Amino acid sequence: MNTFKFAFSGLKRDWYSGELRLIGISILIAVACLSSINFFTDRVKRGTQQQATELLAADLVLISSKKIQSKYIDAGEAAALIISLNESFRSVVVKNDKLELAEVKAVDSSYPIRGYLRTSDNLFGEEQVNDSIPSRGSAWIDSRLLQALQVEIGESINLGASELIVEKILTYEPDRGGDLFNIAPRLMMNRADLDETKLVLPGSRIQYRLLLGGKSEKIDAYREQVNIEDDDHLRVQGIKDARPEIKSALERAEQFLGLAALVSIALAGLAIAMSAKRFAIRHYDNCAIMRCLGLQQGQITQIYFFQLMLLGLICSFIGCLLGFFAQEVLNQMLIGMTQQPLPAPSWRPVLSGLFTGLITVLAFALPQLVRLRKISPLRVLRKDLSPVPLNNYAIYALAIIALALLSPWQSGNINLTLYTVAGLFLTAIVLALSAKMMIKLLKQLQPRLKMAARYGLANVTRRSNQSIMQITAIGIGVTVILLLTLVRTDLLEGWQNRLPDDAPNYFLINIQPKQVSGIKAQLSASLDTDIELHPMIRGRLIKVNDNVINPNDYKDPRANRLATREFNLSYSDKMQRDNRLVAGKWWHLDDSSKNYFSVEEGIAETLGISMGDQLTYSIAGQDIVGEVINLRWVEWDSFNVNFFVVSNTAALDSYPSTFISSLFIPDAKRAMLTNLVKQYPSITIFDIDAILTQVRAIMNQVIRTIEFVFIFTVLTGIAVLFAALQSTHDERTHESALMSALGASHKQIVSGLIAEFMFLGVITGILSAIAASLIEMALAEYVFKMDIIINPLIWLIAPLICCLIIVLTGLFGTRKVLTSSPILVLRKT
Amino acid sequence: MDPDSNDIVQAKAIGKQVSSPEGSLTILADINLSIKRSESLAVIGVSGSGKSTLLGLLAGLDTPTSGKVILDGTILNDLDEDGRSQIRNQSVGFVFQSFHLLPGLTALENTALPLELAGSEQSDEIARQRLADVGLNERIHHYPDQLSGGEQQRVAIARAFACNPKILFADEPTGNLDKKTAQRIIDLMFKMNKNNGTTLVLVTHDDALASLCDRKVIMTGGQIINDMK
Ligand SMILES: Nc1ncnc2c1ncn2[C@@H]1O[C@H](COP(=O)(O)OP(=O)(O)OP(=O)(O)O)[C@@H](O)[C@H]1O
Ligand SMILES: [Mg+2]
Repeated sequence: MNTFKFAFSGLKRDWYSGELRLIGISILIAVACLSSINFFTDRVKRGTQQQATELLAADLVLISSKKIQSKYIDAGEAAALIISLNESFRSVVVKNDKLELAEVKAVDSSYPIRGYLRTSDNLFGEEQVNDSIPSRGSAWIDSRLLQALQVEIGESINLGASELIVEKILTYEPDRGGDLFNIAPRLMMNRADLDETKLVLPGSRIQYRLLLGGKSEKIDAYREQVNIEDDDHLRVQGIKDARPEIKSALERAEQFLGLAALVSIALAGLAIAMSAKRFAIRHYDNCAIMRCLGLQQGQITQIYFFQLMLLGLICSFIGCLLGFFAQEVLNQMLIGMTQQPLPAPSWRPVLSGLFTGLITVLAFALPQLVRLRKISPLRVLRKDLSPVPLNNYAIYALAIIALALLSPWQSGNINLTLYTVAGLFLTAIVLALSAKMMIKLLKQLQPRLKMAARYGLANVTRRSNQSIMQITAIGIGVTVILLLTLVRTDLLEGWQNRLPDDAPNYFLINIQPKQVSGIKAQLSASLDTDIELHPMIRGRLIKVNDNVINPNDYKDPRANRLATREFNLSYSDKMQRDNRLVAGKWWHLDDSSKNYFSVEEGIAETLGISMGDQLTYSIAGQDIVGEVINLRWVEWDSFNVNFFVVSNTAALDSYPSTFISSLFIPDAKRAMLTNLVKQYPSITIFDIDAILTQVRAIMNQVIRTIEFVFIFTVLTGIAVLFAALQSTHDERTHESALMSALGASHKQIVSGLIAEFMFLGVITGILSAIAASLIEMALAEYVFKMDIIINPLIWLIAPLICCLIIVLTGLFGTRKVLTSSPILVLRKT
Repeated sequence: MDPDSNDIVQAKAIGKQVSSPEGSLTILADINLSIKRSESLAVIGVSGSGKSTLLGLLAGLDTPTSGKVILDGTILNDLDEDGRSQIRNQSVGFVFQSFHLLPGLTALENTALPLELAGSEQSDEIARQRLADVGLNERIHHYPDQLSGGEQQRVAIARAFACNPKILFADEPTGNLDKKTAQRIIDLMFKMNKNNGTTLVLVTHDDALASLCDRKVIMTGGQIINDMK
């Protein structure tokens, strides 16, 4: 016999029975959810990678203090990579009597390989995108240099031995980023003019750069071939070293989305398992008859296996298609938010979608159906013979394994998976226990109720095991829906608020102690807010307790770097607002008897520093010892000034320091910066608007994506709800038919049913609201580290919505009894 | 042992015990029974006397806890579930009190199912023929719930005879039918029995039906107390 053909025709027949449809729809939604996420994050990732390469102006950059060896250039040419060379150095630029130190960059015509230069023809004038470089004999300078030299476009300036004509104002250069703290105004010139300046002499400090561009495989091959990592004089920048702020935003986004996908899969799994169970029960008789007619056990397994695979494949495929369209909708929604169009979707997500669909259906449905092989053919003679019940632990284990197997594709984070799955299980257990208690309590109430309500409640308490199961399953679905709708807004808003519209867009650095009060007063007056200036002291960590720091003790390259380098310390009486204590206490304002340190938790972990340790820093040749009395968590993507290590004021205020500040300056007030620079020529002002805009754009993208993707997760929640209610539809239909046959009117039956569903709804609603609130609090506290207030609306909305949905779907499920004569219903069984 | 032996079924000292909360319960005890080819046999007895249990054992739907059953020369005890399935498919037909048609299949598909299981090339033609034999050629595309009880039972008979079984087991085949319809069903079974030489084993409460059989076995308390030719 052709079991495949039989399975296929069986699939067509059973499609109308409801359970298969629900299994199919669950797969479909889960896969659509997952693949839309994957399609989209794939595109966004590749898009941001493009943006990241833009920040390098190339795909790979070699930086050296010596002339780039020709072997690197030759190898690049041999590999058919795009090549561009440039030199940069500091030099004085002269215009009449004005002198200004500038950062000179001499570029060739391939520059920039990625991204564009932007210029304007007059100060604060309109920007144009350029695909050329300064022509021979001319220079492009930025507005600061223009202002400092008081030069006009078309006039000439002197650089070394040559005279250059100012051609344009350079407003944007993709790879300008660089070192935040040592920035001088820019002069860009043609590399062909470099020799004439006579500035390139032996001993002059020049940074040589080789920019390379090409497909990522070629770049990787090149990297391997020339062995750059072995060359001590070379520093390499690839796109992997993308901006940390963007990386952090993206990672968080991926976690959000991964979580949504995972929850969606888990919910789909729940719906699938419930539907499959009912499907199996309905097939007991069929299997017994077929076994009686000679079908072998293996064939039974084969038939259901084929059916599931087929259903899984078809629905996963449709799910992928749906996911594809969904992400295109998303893309359309987001057009304009990204600076450039996203790259076209790739086909990889289809594979992961199909894989996920199949794994989900097999892991959650197959165990239920495999039992059918154990049906005794004797069941045709004795109805009560049912197959041995499944081992529940085995089912749970399988579900967890499946989710763990699928999670790397979602969150990329096994911990997140475990927490999510554990959270779902815990919620289920708590829901089940509280449902049990609540049903017990309600039972006391039963005798005091009127007709319909009593009948309804009696049904809930009589079927108490089924009721508990239903409340638990629906409760999980509703909890997730509540979390995703009401709570999502709180969480996302909390996240967005961290980068408010007035997030700092300028850094002021190199402020001397004696300038502090003057600058503070001037800024506070013109910006109408309190400006904080933070002291900054360079120091090197030399001892932790009695152990002398030896960089070689740190295998981790980051730790090694941190241990060798001088870094910036600060002192303060108060903790910064966007920090949080994770251990210990802040020092008292007036406690100047001892030296205290507050350490950021990440660096504490990297360097192996714990509470109570004595740290010794070497600052300007002196050693200073202090105790670590607290650890802090720092919101790095807030763009506020933050320090890894902060001490109390008394400990460090006698050491040489400069001050730094971050501040928000609205467009209208930018002009004041020019005044400030004139007044305090030694300070440096650094504009981070561009990067801020980029991070904000990504954040918005992410939030839109999350909101969109959550729709799918909510849909899987609804599928769970249907599956749970469906599990008692047959029984309810039959009972209602019986009641009707016994003389109950339609009205009586319907009001009884409504009462029953309402009881279920209220219990579920209350329990879900509690669960959702608790989970939200836990998430806010431990995962997102922010304060939120539980939306009180949840207590009203949850029971109402639950009642409404359960009553509606419940009545829909038992509609047969209301639309056809009871005889038909009774005859079927 | 010999497939050509005169006996299609032999039960040798079979017993069936089940475990219940009150300990082990004996439903069948030491039953010996041989049924000849083409014979028709009625099993009668009060409710709970073990008739259905015996039928299940003889047909290989279940295994005895003691003794052995030989069906068409094969010792059923020696076979596993799948081996017995194959025997059932090749040699045995069933008709039950509550019809047991697959609700999702049409009359034709129900009848063709055992043929398909056996790998027959002409399952469709044979099934149509069998349905014509029971007088249902007009209703072949109808689903069970579109057929009356009598019609459903006729489909069940057509299905039981689809593979030309050597033996047909029927557990109260007329139990759910009115007298007139029951008579038609009985006539059909005996006609098939005559035409194909099929052995008939019937469990029944219906004396009229029992009296049509070549042989009657009466059961009480899990034992055969009377065996009349
Ligand atoms: N698996 C089992 N577990 C417990 N008791 C069983 C089992 N199988 C059969 N019995 C019992 O064995 C006895 C015989 O059952 P059986 O179904 O064979 O009777 P029957 O003669 O067919 O009765 P009826 O005429 O009512 O169909 C009954 O009392 C029944 O309850
Ligand atoms: Mg019986």
